[in-house]
Amino acid sequence: MVVEASISERVHQAVENALTRFGAQDDELIPILTHVNHEIGYLPGQALEEIAHALRKPKSKVFTVASFYGMLSTIPVGKHVIRFCESAPCHVVGGRQVILALQQALNINIGQTTSDGHWTLLAVSCLGICAVGPAFIIDDDVYGNVSPDQVPAILGKYQG
Amino acid sequence: MKYFRSHILVCKDPDCIHKGAHEVMDALQDELVAEGLINEIQVLETSRIGSCWNGPEMMVYPEGVHYTNLTVDDIPYLVEEHFLKGRIATRFVEPEKTVKDEELGTPKSKEIRVVLRNCGKIDPENIEDYIAEDGYAALGKALTEMTPNQVIETVLASGLRGRGGAGFPAARKWSFVAGKQGSEKFLICNADEGDPGAFMNRRVLESDPHAVLEGMIIAAYAAGINQGYIYCRAEYPIAVKTLNIAINQARALGLLGKDILGSGFDFDLEVRMGAGAFVCGEETALMASIEGKRGEPRPRPPFPADSGLWGKPSNVNNVETYANVPQIILKGADWYASMGNEKSKGTKTFAIAGDVNNTGLIEVPFGISLREIVFDVCGGIKDGKQFKAIQTGGPMGGCLPASQLDLPMDYESMTAAGSMMGSGGLIVMDEDTCMVDIARFFMEFTQDESCGKCTPCRVGTRRILEILNRICEGKGRHGDIETLELLCKEIKATSLCGLGQGAPTPVESTLKHFRDEYEAHIYQKKCPARVCKSLISYEIQPDICTGCTVCARNCPVEAISGERRQPHGIDPDICVRCGICMQVCNFNAIIVN
Repeated sequence: MVVEASISERVHQAVENALTRFGAQDDELIPILTHVNHEIGYLPGQALEEIAHALRKPKSKVFTVASFYGMLSTIPVGKHVIRFCESAPCHVVGGRQVILALQQALNINIGQTTSDGHWTLLAVSCLGICAVGPAFIIDDDVYGNVSPDQVPAILGKYQG
Repeated sequence: MKYFRSHILVCKDPDCIHKGAHEVMDALQDELVAEGLINEIQVLETSRIGSCWNGPEMMVYPEGVHYTNLTVDDIPYLVEEHFLKGRIATRFVEPEKTVKDEELGTPKSKEIRVVLRNCGKIDPENIEDYIAEDGYAALGKALTEMTPNQVIETVLASGLRGRGGAGFPAARKWSFVAGKQGSEKFLICNADEGDPGAFMNRRVLESDPHAVLEGMIIAAYAAGINQGYIYCRAEYPIAVKTLNIAINQARALGLLGKDILGSGFDFDLEVRMGAGAFVCGEETALMASIEGKRGEPRPRPPFPADSGLWGKPSNVNNVETYANVPQIILKGADWYASMGNEKSKGTKTFAIAGDVNNTGLIEVPFGISLREIVFDVCGGIKDGKQFKAIQTGGPMGGCLPASQLDLPMDYESMTAAGSMMGSGGLIVMDEDTCMVDIARFFMEFTQDESCGKCTPCRVGTRRILEILNRICEGKGRHGDIETLELLCKEIKATSLCGLGQGAPTPVESTLKHFRDEYEAHIYQKKCPARVCKSLISYEIQPDICTGCTVCARNCPVEAISGERRQPHGIDPDICVRCGICMQVCNFNAIIVN
């Protein structure tokens, strides 16, 4: 019988892996946090505590870094995260209509997670793919030249 | 040596072998023997010649024809057509690649490509492609024929200035660090290209990473530095991957590491990734982030050359600055200085967004006018509309109106006009753009990205945004313009870093050049460009309306009423000004006031 690892074990494992890979050094704090954030989806308090312990720092010092950077999250996010580019080049080519279509399709506002925990919708600054705006990223997949009517089909790929 | 009139190179890559390359080659040999051509035509094995997606494939020289999708059964036909009758068997010729590069097309008129010269032309994951384009020849020249001082002198003479936006002479920075004692010094490449709309550096990192590495190694040699970092933003995962491949390849060839090219000079570098913070493009914030801290700027002086990364002397340049260096060493300072104008030498890459026909990347010599960029290089305004403004210098730059179009694009002219050079994002806006809304939009960005360390930036940007929001909502008051001007002046004068010092520029420049739009919003409660939702109303023209009911059926808030075949009307109190009715009307009966 396969027993799924408890969340606490998964977090512990992710932290251990990150520490082994990068080393428990001050200047590796951001790579460590990025790794754990990627594995777990966000940075739970337990992860910050374990990292702080390994780096011999107060937890507040780790938290202050974790909460500073936009790609790191200290609160839980949905199974899939949409990062929508809200910068000027996407804005001037119709980005507003696309973000409205996303909000309508998911029935949430920017910064929120759907009640079933499937989706989180975030607005982020420039993704650097301005030639194909409006653009957004779902997890690690990039979508460019998006029009509002394409939104349901794109979201449909991530159901189930 | 035996001479052949023709050579056939058959790809024997594992992919092609898997698809039957051995069998095709055997059939080819047999057929040539059978036709009595084996003494005239040579068949050779070769490594990968294409993608192998349509293998087996072969090249025929001297014609240089690339055949793909071959089977054993095709060989008799191919040999007869090509080698007996001398006709190219077109049905096997690889089709022209039709992949459109949406970022970087073929060079347009008035473009000169120095930094972008290899982009799209070479395989960025193959160092040999770069070497074939004179890659690392400049490094060889610098290390074996020049002293560090001569490198500095050459780059100084070329007039190369920092491409991150500030425009400080690059080699002067190197000379500051070169003069510092001690072996612990750091060379940093700022690849935290965060300006919205600016993606020139990403393209160089992804398409020509070795040019950046070579420039860094030469700069490190000049400044006497042995360790380097490339700080790349987390939003650029492909750039990070390409860079790491390039670094490993350079290391394997001894172009990085100990005793580079036998010169006794050591230099190695690693890539550091950000985690999503715009302010980390500021050099002191960037160094804090490499150290694993919050990316908050600190006051300068001390400058990085005195106390940088971990308090050691450090040199920070941008991707484009480094990418220029190999060409300068190779072709000489005079060649570089022959491009551009008096104070700004060489070329500059720009990322063009907005309402022009050709968006994407361009590289033009300094001194070219804004008009030439908008109308000649970028093909003018889309849909035959009127030019209204061009925003230069990214979110901390200014909006310049049509009257400034003849300004030369260089560091001094942009600053004098109340904007700035910035890193190279250009946004062109047409007549349908509301300048107050644009100023509000940029303020929203800087307010959000303000790191919060110093008060003028943290609080001041928020106060400006509140006033702009109010103006756009039709609640502008007497005195708002004056308050904005005062806030801009004080935030500029008292903020700690470039973010706060530059944040008011979009507001200042639009106040200067488009003051009438602010006044229309505040005093007449009108948005001349018909963008600000609170200040516009939709109206159905009764003489054009046919009463088809399509608008009423599509209105999400049921603000439209009217009998079938009778003119309809919109209730302004219910209308949310979404504009759907205008989009769906087939008779253009709906207008915006």
